[in-house]
Amino acid sequence: MPAVSKGDGMRGLAVFISDIRNCKSKEAEIKRINKELANIRSKFKGDKALDGYSKKKYVCKLLFIFLLGHDIDFGHMEAVNLLSSNKYTEKQIGYLFISVLVNSNSDLISLINNAIKNDLSSRNPTFMNLALHCIANVGSREMAEAFAAEVPRILVAGDTMDSVKQSAALCLLRLNRTSPDLVLMGEWTARVVHLLNDQHLGVVTAATSLITTLAQKSPEDFKTSVSLAVARLSRIVSSASTDLQDYTYYFVAAPWLSVKLLRLLQCYPPPEDGAIRGRLTECLETILNKAQEPPKSKKVQHSNAKNAVLFEAISLIIHHDSEPTLLVRACNQLGQFLQHRETNLRYLALESMCTLASSEFSHEAVKTHIETVINALKSERDVSVRQRAVDLLYAMCDRSNAKQIVAEMLSYLETADYSIREEIVLKVAILAEKYAVDYTWYVDTILNLIRFAGDYVSDEVWYRVIQIVINRDEVQGYAAKTVFEALQAPACHENLVKVGGYILGEFGNLIAGDSRSSPLVQFDLLHSKFHLCSVPTRALLLSAYIKFINLFPEVKGTIQEVLRSDSQLRNADVELQQRAVEYLRLSSIASTDILATVLEEMPPFPERESSILAKLKRKKGPGNLHPDLDENRKERSANGGTADHSSTTSNAKVAASPTPSTDLLGLGSTITTQNSAPPASKGTSLLVDVFSENIAAFPVETPVAVGCLPLAPFPSRFVCKNNGVLYENQLLQIGLKSEFRQNLGRMYVFFGNKTSTQSCYGWPFTVPYCAFFLTVSLQLNVHAKPADPTVDGGAQLQQILNIECMSDFVDAPVLNIQFRYGGTLQNVAVKLPITLNKFFQPTEMTSQDFFQRWKQLGAPQQEVQKIFKAKHSMDTEVTKAKIMGFGAALLDGVDPNPSNFVGAGVIHTKTTQVGCLLRLEPNTHAQMYRLTLRTSRDTVSQRLCDLLSEQF
Amino acid sequence: MQFMLLFSRQGKLRLQKWYVPLSDKERKKISRDLVQTILARKPKMCSFLEWRDLKIVYKRYASLYFCCAVEDQDNELITLEIIHRYVELLDKYFGSVCELDIIFNFEKAYFILDEFLLGGEAQETSKKNVLKAIEQADLLQEVYELVL
Repeated sequence: MPAVSKGDGMRGLAVFISDIRNCKSKEAEIKRINKELANIRSKFKGDKALDGYSKKKYVCKLLFIFLLGHDIDFGHMEAVNLLSSNKYTEKQIGYLFISVLVNSNSDLISLINNAIKNDLSSRNPTFMNLALHCIANVGSREMAEAFAAEVPRILVAGDTMDSVKQSAALCLLRLNRTSPDLVLMGEWTARVVHLLNDQHLGVVTAATSLITTLAQKSPEDFKTSVSLAVARLSRIVSSASTDLQDYTYYFVAAPWLSVKLLRLLQCYPPPEDGAIRGRLTECLETILNKAQEPPKSKKVQHSNAKNAVLFEAISLIIHHDSEPTLLVRACNQLGQFLQHRETNLRYLALESMCTLASSEFSHEAVKTHIETVINALKSERDVSVRQRAVDLLYAMCDRSNAKQIVAEMLSYLETADYSIREEIVLKVAILAEKYAVDYTWYVDTILNLIRFAGDYVSDEVWYRVIQIVINRDEVQGYAAKTVFEALQAPACHENLVKVGGYILGEFGNLIAGDSRSSPLVQFDLLHSKFHLCSVPTRALLLSAYIKFINLFPEVKGTIQEVLRSDSQLRNADVELQQRAVEYLRLSSIASTDILATVLEEMPPFPERESSILAKLKRKKGPGNLHPDLDENRKERSANGGTADHSSTTSNAKVAASPTPSTDLLGLGSTITTQNSAPPASKGTSLLVDVFSENIAAFPVETPVAVGCLPLAPFPSRFVCKNNGVLYENQLLQIGLKSEFRQNLGRMYVFFGNKTSTQSCYGWPFTVPYCAFFLTVSLQLNVHAKPADPTVDGGAQLQQILNIECMSDFVDAPVLNIQFRYGGTLQNVAVKLPITLNKFFQPTEMTSQDFFQRWKQLGAPQQEVQKIFKAKHSMDTEVTKAKIMGFGAALLDGVDPNPSNFVGAGVIHTKTTQVGCLLRLEPNTHAQMYRLTLRTSRDTVSQRLCDLLSEQF
Repeated sequence: MQFMLLFSRQGKLRLQKWYVPLSDKERKKISRDLVQTILARKPKMCSFLEWRDLKIVYKRYASLYFCCAVEDQDNELITLEIIHRYVELLDKYFGSVCELDIIFNFEKAYFILDEFLLGGEAQETSKKNVLKAIEQADLLQEVYELVL
């Protein structure tokens, strides 16, 4: 053997490496390196031309420094120079430097490519190999462009040396991986496939890798490789262990090639040709048989190589999934490995069985090993093996063993390694839901999850239990009872408080009959946890409290007391403060009916795939979720309802309009919008009016005002019209149709999704928190009927609003729409064109009556007059239509001056009726109008005058 | 195979071979994370572990850890034997290899690896053939030196 100390040793390099090794500290090392770098730089820049040996030595030193983890920013040129040296070791070091420190400097790339080209055409196999190795190591696009056509030619040329063929095959494989578009086999395909028949096993080994990669890309082109691969495999499997000479590895014939051939066959379905198929089955049987033979060596290399082939054969059997006997034999073989003394084999057996569990032929056979696997979970000392056991239990779970498996996983969770707890939690949650026969078991399981591993229970998991409880009547009472009991533990996890708060808020009434869980006891229990919880949980609890007020009027006083306390009303957290304020107001001013509507039980969530599953998939990547690969085979519980919680639209818990895609916590983003808006000023904000009595109680910047959202005003034509397009942008169109009678009205709001895709989703027609209802509850009562919150692209959603006018009002209610588009939350706020004149009932009267009333309404505050310039042409017919559209009766022949217009009507509100008279006097000459309004109420006169004067 | 790392018990990287394009920064981060993960494992633990979306196969020989990252469908046991064969090649070439040989003759370690593995796949699994190739290269060197 050529000893290393011979000839080519570089003394300077060895000295330098020793120096580095002798450095006592990082600082000393850096100092030494900097000294060396300075030295090399000066040598490279020096006037004296360096000889090849020095150049090689310095380039090698630079390489060493780089591999130590330091940056190298020079020396590339010298390395490229080495490539064209005719001394092998200089060339070799040059290539090594280039391979390790690829630089996309284009000048260099062309120089490098040039050197490679020279070596490829040198016909010196050693140089050709160096060049091919460099292409394979760098694998850059530039190299693919330069050599993707040349390398296949070298590969199939008849006079190419075997070792060069091997390099060329794998070089091509690398280029195909990095730039598949540039590697076009075309005419070479047949000859490349034929390499499987090559005499030289090294060539076959390299070629098999290449063909496998190409076959994955275009299986049809390489279909002929199947029969050749089977033939080759058959010869290897049936050979005596000495036949293949140096390709036999610890008494195993060509293990690498066998594994590669078996991999290649996994690119294809079972061979259609009966003879080939029979031959392959024979091979696989032989491999399985060999596993039972006594080992030919005690060396671990022997068993590893043998089992490598065996596992690959089992992979192929599972891939084909067509030979029940082979599948069952594979399963039995793996079963033996489950108890093998080699940890590696136990690991692989668990892993392999996971895939076997999804085959209908072997699922039952896998299940027979359940006790062994459970035992592995308990006794394996290596966490990565226990992880595999968890995976296998998950994969083998079905209705028959779900309870056992879930129980084992739960008990393992208590002692499980932190690194895998979250995944186990997800798996238990999925299995418990999927195989739940009765949902009490499901509820118990999830509560246990929270108890044993509360910190690892992600939001998806506790959202899910709530969705399921809400969607299933039969479990609600049990859930309420169980969470109530669980909450009694002196220390319970915050996630339990969340679930408890939500469920008691919805269904606490179901257990309130028992004096031990009376409303007050329930409330006290929840509130005892309040101060220990984070803000989101507290916010949720506040929502639970307002729900309690609706469920149990008897605790209203107690809860209001809590809401009224300074720690709530003046809480530094705006969300908590807002909730406290709004809930307190809501509970004080809303009638029982309104309260019942607003705080109605949550409607069922739409049934969808569990978001937990999606989370697990994200965590594990696709390959590890075997139970889901076989959806069709195993019975799947169709009852997995879900809502998607990823969208964080607001609130809805208290709002009557159900918004299934809302965040259950009710922590929406509207609040942020409001926060950033300027402080509300009294005149512009409806809410400020509502809260005016305690406006002093909290700072001005408190985000209570809806009115400070950027508002789109409605077009003034809606004052005299009931139908039309209210609002439109690139994404959304809002259309209206409305009708009014006396003090009642109904408005149909049409939301049109103008995007073409379905990317708009979750259109909760929401009114931020309960502000919408609060806003109008004094003067206008607006009730929104529930509607599906999702609107597909190009589709329309209709929402019905029922409106009741309680007393006269000025400001219109605000409609807030939130939806997601392209991942961002869109907010639109528009004023609804509900104006006082909508509640006008026309009154016909004679001239005499009119003037009599006119005189009666003669008090100064009853009359409002306005003189204004005409904005539109003064067309008599248009004016008439507008007055009628405004709602008043147009009285002909009342006014002595025929060019004047006179109207009369009654404004209906729930509390009063207000008679109104109006007179419009146009002056065409001056292009002016004079409008006079007389009503029994000054506010009405003013409002109607303002509204109508805008129309002309 | 996506990459191969050789590192000492002290966590010093002795050889790194990357078969996928990664930035220098990513390489450093991966090496750091992985070296830590593996050094934290106890001796009797199994040689395979899941790491990010890769399978890690590693084995310790004296003071050196040999570690390969393979993809999901790749065969762990045969990868373990790739490591062993590489160790055998080094052993044969250096004559009872030790860590110091690899430190002082790192370029040779790379050359031998390139003869054995290319593009992350086994190129030549016959020990004889690999060593023959290296031997020829060394001879070539001597011939040139004689000519000079």
